[in-house]
Amino acid sequence: MKYEDFKDNEALEQLRASGTNIIMGSLDKLIDWGRSNSLWPLTFATSCCGIEYMAVGAARYDFSRFGFEVTRASPRQSDFIMVAGTIVHKMAPVLKRLYDQMAEPKYVIAMGACAISGGPFKDSYHVVNGVDTIIPVDVYMPGCPPRPEALLYALMQLQRKVKVEKFFGGVNRKEKKPEITQVID
Amino acid sequence: MIALKEKITSLVPAAAFDEAAIPTVTVAASEYKQLAQQLRNDADLQFNYLLCMTGMDFGDSLGVVILLESTTHLHQIYVKTVTADRENPYIPSVSDIWDTARINEREVFDFFGIRFTGHPDMRRLFLRNDWVGYPLRKDYDAGEALNPVPTENEDIRDTTLTYEALPDGAIAARERTVFESEEYVVNVGPQHPATHGVLHFRVSLEGETVKKVDVNCGYIHRGIEKLCEKLTYPQTLGYTDRLDYLGSHQNRHALCMCIEEALGLEIPDRVKYIRTIMDELQRLSSHLLFWSCLCMDLGALTAFFYGFRDREKVLNMMEETTGGRLIQNYNVIGGVSADIHPNLVSRIKEFLTYLPPMLKEYRDVFTGNVIAQQRMKGIGVLDTATAISYGVTGPSGRASGWACDTRKRKPYAAYDKVEFKEAVRTEGDSFARYLVRIDEIEQSLHILEQLVDNIPEGDYAVKTKPVIKLPEGCFFKSVEASRGEFGVYIESRGDKNPYRMKFRSPCLPLVDVVDMLSRDGKIADLIAIGGTLDYVVPDIDR
Repeated sequence: MKYEDFKDNEALEQLRASGTNIIMGSLDKLIDWGRSNSLWPLTFATSCCGIEYMAVGAARYDFSRFGFEVTRASPRQSDFIMVAGTIVHKMAPVLKRLYDQMAEPKYVIAMGACAISGGPFKDSYHVVNGVDTIIPVDVYMPGCPPRPEALLYALMQLQRKVKVEKFFGGVNRKEKKPEITQVID
Repeated sequence: MIALKEKITSLVPAAAFDEAAIPTVTVAASEYKQLAQQLRNDADLQFNYLLCMTGMDFGDSLGVVILLESTTHLHQIYVKTVTADRENPYIPSVSDIWDTARINEREVFDFFGIRFTGHPDMRRLFLRNDWVGYPLRKDYDAGEALNPVPTENEDIRDTTLTYEALPDGAIAARERTVFESEEYVVNVGPQHPATHGVLHFRVSLEGETVKKVDVNCGYIHRGIEKLCEKLTYPQTLGYTDRLDYLGSHQNRHALCMCIEEALGLEIPDRVKYIRTIMDELQRLSSHLLFWSCLCMDLGALTAFFYGFRDREKVLNMMEETTGGRLIQNYNVIGGVSADIHPNLVSRIKEFLTYLPPMLKEYRDVFTGNVIAQQRMKGIGVLDTATAISYGVTGPSGRASGWACDTRKRKPYAAYDKVEFKEAVRTEGDSFARYLVRIDEIEQSLHILEQLVDNIPEGDYAVKTKPVIKLPEGCFFKSVEASRGEFGVYIESRGDKNPYRMKFRSPCLPLVDVVDMLSRDGKIADLIAIGGTLDYVVPDIDR
């Protein structure tokens, strides 16, 4: 894939276009460089997509090349959750709890058609139509199941997203609560 | 067949006997239990294997259809019983006759609300306790308003109800405790790396010793059987691949064969050979994954990379022909969706020389390892009679000395044309289950060796009608999937979509025996037992 295509979908880097203080900006860059290259996933999979997730962890696709190799069994130690597979009604509160247990900053990847929208099971009485109804999703990865290459691409998109974050400027600065000027009935 | 009919009418004169490829006996609920007992114990019948239990909604009445098989006489029979009461349906339980009925009857209760009198544990199996209604009933309202996506965790109860039929016909409900309040109960799952998916074990511990395991399924129950009822037959095929995704080709094979047999389609030899080759490739990929994951569960991480390295080679072959790595969608009604890739034959031959030295390496690295042997030998022993009673098929059943290979017992596709050894061991422990799978890898290679040069010329699919309608009746077909006997039961009313479609999951009995196998063992053995049983959770939950 060409580098231009890789950055094609949405101009995430625009978020940094306004410029920052040179010292703070450099520190930000250093932190983001470190964080984006050691994103640790949670060992979590519900169905078919989980097998492709395992395949990416194995020797042929090997996502440790990009810093993802340490899959954590505990949500407390993981940076992102890969929702690999269908989420059903009974699983929904469990997934929510897992997400809540993860330490900030945390990210979510919706892997496969089921996690995005319910996929082939969307008409079922027991299937949640998209995990974004329960937890916020950062990267959507279509496929049933997605190929390992697609998974790597999605992980790199997540890295891109992490790389534009501001630690010292922007997001971490406490915003004032918006003043309520008028109450609308 | 005639002997079977005479025998049954002499046992229960009121029973209706319907002769077909597999005969059906219909009895009233009051005589159901008595007939079941006789079918099980009579020396000429010996129906000791409950293959499939299907809950049914006939519109005006509810009922159960069980498919029985005898492992000595090899005959099969359907037993059907109905109850007209839709408000408070009761049917006698047969869980004391066949152990596998226990979990199957819980499933029927969950889906249809039929209560089984004499069943020790009438809790829901898949759905939450607060679920409203019984989803597989025809009049079920699937609207979001009735059962919204829950936000709170499930309140798991420690008590259950059992129903008893009193002599005067009344039903008495009695409360039974699953876990006493002083028991120390630890949750394993639903999110736990060693449960191979989202399975929830509640384990009662005394120190490190497991006293009881309660399985809580349903965290990936997708309602596939209900979905199938709304779809046409070609549309239902896609779901079978996603049941047990490590046996996707075999599952789809079973459904295609079931529909083809019902339609009376003649399948060309080429298709049979291609399907058999693909089945065996699938088995190879599944058993290689089993080996990798078991080793990883027991702490040998390097083995995981070895197994996956070789599995990728199998996936490559399948991908070239079918277009899919994991989920292939290759079988269609009447054949396969595309002809084999020109490279397939040469690649399989290459693989046949590649894998045997790797298997030797596997044995050197893991099988002979002292730690691995100590963690598996004598752990979780399952004897033959219990395996049959629980319906534990596949490699796990064969490790307990039950020669249950569907490829041998009921040959289908091209399995009658090949020679292979059924890997059977008698120890019944985790190590035997492990070794059976390694032996099966060798046998799969042996089967491929015989088939690969002899693929006959011909069409890769026969033409079918644009709209496929099955004749009225019930149809069953099973195949040997990677984990055991996978069966498809279709009840057709002559429409273009099935009236009821039930999948006989090979993994449901496997998870059912975990409690028995791990009792009085150490908690760490639970991992070895679960790993060697090798269940796939979406196949349990369907």
